[in-house]
Amino acid sequence: MSGLSSRHLLGLESVPREDISMILDATETFREVLDRTIKKLPTLRGITVLNLFYEPSTRTRISFELAEKRLSADTVNFTTSTSSVKKGESLRDTVQNIEAMKIDMAVVRHSSSGVPYFLTQCMDANIINAGDGAHEHPTQALLDMFTIRRKYKKLDGLRVVLVGDVMHSRVIRSNIWGLKTMGASVALCGPSTLLPYDVEKFDCDVYTNMDEALEGADVVNIMRIQLERQQAGLFPSQREYTNLFGMNKERLRHLNRNYTIMHPGPMNRGVEISSEVADSDNAVILDQVTNGQAVRMAVLYLLSGRKEEGQ
Amino acid sequence: MGSKKYDMVITGGRVIDSALGFGKDAHLFIKDQKIAAIEANSPAIQRVLKTFDDSQIVNAEGKLVVPGLIDVHVHLREPGNEGAETIESGCRAAAAGGFTAVCCMPNTHPRIDSQETVKFVQDRAKNKDARVYVAGAITKNLEGEELAEIGDLVKMGAVAITDDGYYVQNPAIMRRALEYAKMFDIPVMQHAEDSLLSKGGIMNESYQSTRLGIKGLPAVAEEIAVLRDIALCRVTGSRLHIQHISTKRAVEAVRQAKKEGINVTTEACPHHFVLTDDEIGKEFNTNLRVHPPIRGAEDRDAVIEGLVDGTIECIASDHAPHSTEDKDAEFDRAPAGMIGLETTLALVKTYLIDKAYLSWADAIRKMTINPASIFGFQGGTLEVGSVADITIIDPDKRWTVKADKFRSLSRNSPYIGYRLSGKAATTILDGRVVFSGK
Repeated sequence: MSGLSSRHLLGLESVPREDISMILDATETFREVLDRTIKKLPTLRGITVLNLFYEPSTRTRISFELAEKRLSADTVNFTTSTSSVKKGESLRDTVQNIEAMKIDMAVVRHSSSGVPYFLTQCMDANIINAGDGAHEHPTQALLDMFTIRRKYKKLDGLRVVLVGDVMHSRVIRSNIWGLKTMGASVALCGPSTLLPYDVEKFDCDVYTNMDEALEGADVVNIMRIQLERQQAGLFPSQREYTNLFGMNKERLRHLNRNYTIMHPGPMNRGVEISSEVADSDNAVILDQVTNGQAVRMAVLYLLSGRKEEGQ
Repeated sequence: MGSKKYDMVITGGRVIDSALGFGKDAHLFIKDQKIAAIEANSPAIQRVLKTFDDSQIVNAEGKLVVPGLIDVHVHLREPGNEGAETIESGCRAAAAGGFTAVCCMPNTHPRIDSQETVKFVQDRAKNKDARVYVAGAITKNLEGEELAEIGDLVKMGAVAITDDGYYVQNPAIMRRALEYAKMFDIPVMQHAEDSLLSKGGIMNESYQSTRLGIKGLPAVAEEIAVLRDIALCRVTGSRLHIQHISTKRAVEAVRQAKKEGINVTTEACPHHFVLTDDEIGKEFNTNLRVHPPIRGAEDRDAVIEGLVDGTIECIASDHAPHSTEDKDAEFDRAPAGMIGLETTLALVKTYLIDKAYLSWADAIRKMTINPASIFGFQGGTLEVGSVADITIIDPDKRWTVKADKFRSLSRNSPYIGYRLSGKAATTILDGRVVFSGK
């Protein structure tokens, strides 16, 4: 059976083009299911999926949980704050305890980079990364790519600008890897204090001037700016951030015709994106949410039942 | 019967003494825990050897005979974290790694910032497999605020002061520490890493930290710390020892300071001349988490260059044991540090000598007479009359680092599985064999 080259989805950095295409193609099928009256398939009947959320998350967790339920999987949620876990048992013990309850797949979110990899070393389940530290958030990038591909029928040759806190954003990192693999041209834009060290080595165009970054772009994907970054002294004020990097109607003129506005949510309206832009016809922010479910169904489907190599 | 003139002889080895500046095949005689004679082979010496019992002879044919190795930067974890290491197990690890003397850091629990804790360590270190020298704290409880009773510490036998693990962030306190230590003619050892710049950092700030989304520890934090302390050393005329130097700019700063005649010395650790930070993303191996962090290739090469041109005069392990339970964690939550006593010699051989950066004589100098002179330790040389601390090295022995072979109580080595060359064959402390490898 030809399938994905890995039995886990830990990130997009090393995922080959064929695998990404396979996931996006499968997503098309599941996306159509979501438009039916009965949105349920028997695909994962008998499979138990654990949603292991060490970091608060509403959207991603609900999206995964719905995706699992629509595929008829049995689901369990383990939600905890890392601070309380720190006092108690180790991550390995927690995970092994849960796996002893016969879990087949695990979706994990954690504030530490590398935890999804760590889980592959201490349990047999298929691991899906739902966000680890500032490292990767592959299903978010896949749903972003799916949303773009659905509209333009391609990713190759499109110009995509990722705006915001490049330093702390796992969504940006996964988008960089995925988009570049699929042949898109990627630009990064954000305040220089939120561009990480050696950012040029991502081999993307890097801008600190929003107007220049937007020139000739097809897609703008705007990240939420977290207010604690300002408190940490990384930019002087929300007002100045909005002036320099806020996506507003005035800036739309730089974009190509048939442009697309994206945001992974949750939005700070009036900060990184104006309401006018967020609610415009070219914004696909709610489509992203729906597509996210389909992408997660596709990933769950393609990874389920995949055993260690040689088995 | 055996020889009465001598207690022991090490025969047929190649004796390397960097202090005496020679390397030649010779027999080394020991009497009353002292080096009694070094003699080239001759018919007359052969007759002398015949008077020895087999039990008095250590055959070192094909091996190197060097002064007992000295490691000026180890954490023995006792008191306070005896699950990770004890003074006894740390000394066993030292002996197995070819080290006859170590200098232990004060960041134990309680801290070594009083005569009582110095005495405690000294008492526990009696009759163990290595000499233990104690570095006392610069500031009370390593808090960087008030000077510890340095006079008391020195009186009890502390050989240096350091807040290792922490940088003395306040320049006024550091200046006072340097001035005060001058009265006792001891080096002030500094963990040079500006903690305001490095706050929250987990790994080297580089494209690797960018790629992995892990908070960086910038090289500039070390550079600034080293430059500041050199400036303070310039005005105080004190003795500054930069610990575990790891960046190109810091090495360059020390190089320039030496040219100027400032009394600064420094040490490098194997992980800063062997490893690079692109290892981390492969498996998020928490044994690669260390402070200062494993840097990039440019910094690693600069550390090697500093070792080659003599800017860096000591090689130290920064042996930092942590239990397997503590290290089996998320990368950014695992404690920083790796063990090193049992791998340092082989890493020096494999990565510095085999690659022709250092000769054996140069390498041995940085692990014997240099640290001994900077810190005023006995040994470091095989000169007749010196203490009989001797390491016999099997220079080309190939071996694989295995977790279950460590004498250390901890297993947190990133080198497990590495194939290395060179190993201590026999370690002799005070004329007594404390380690004998297979």
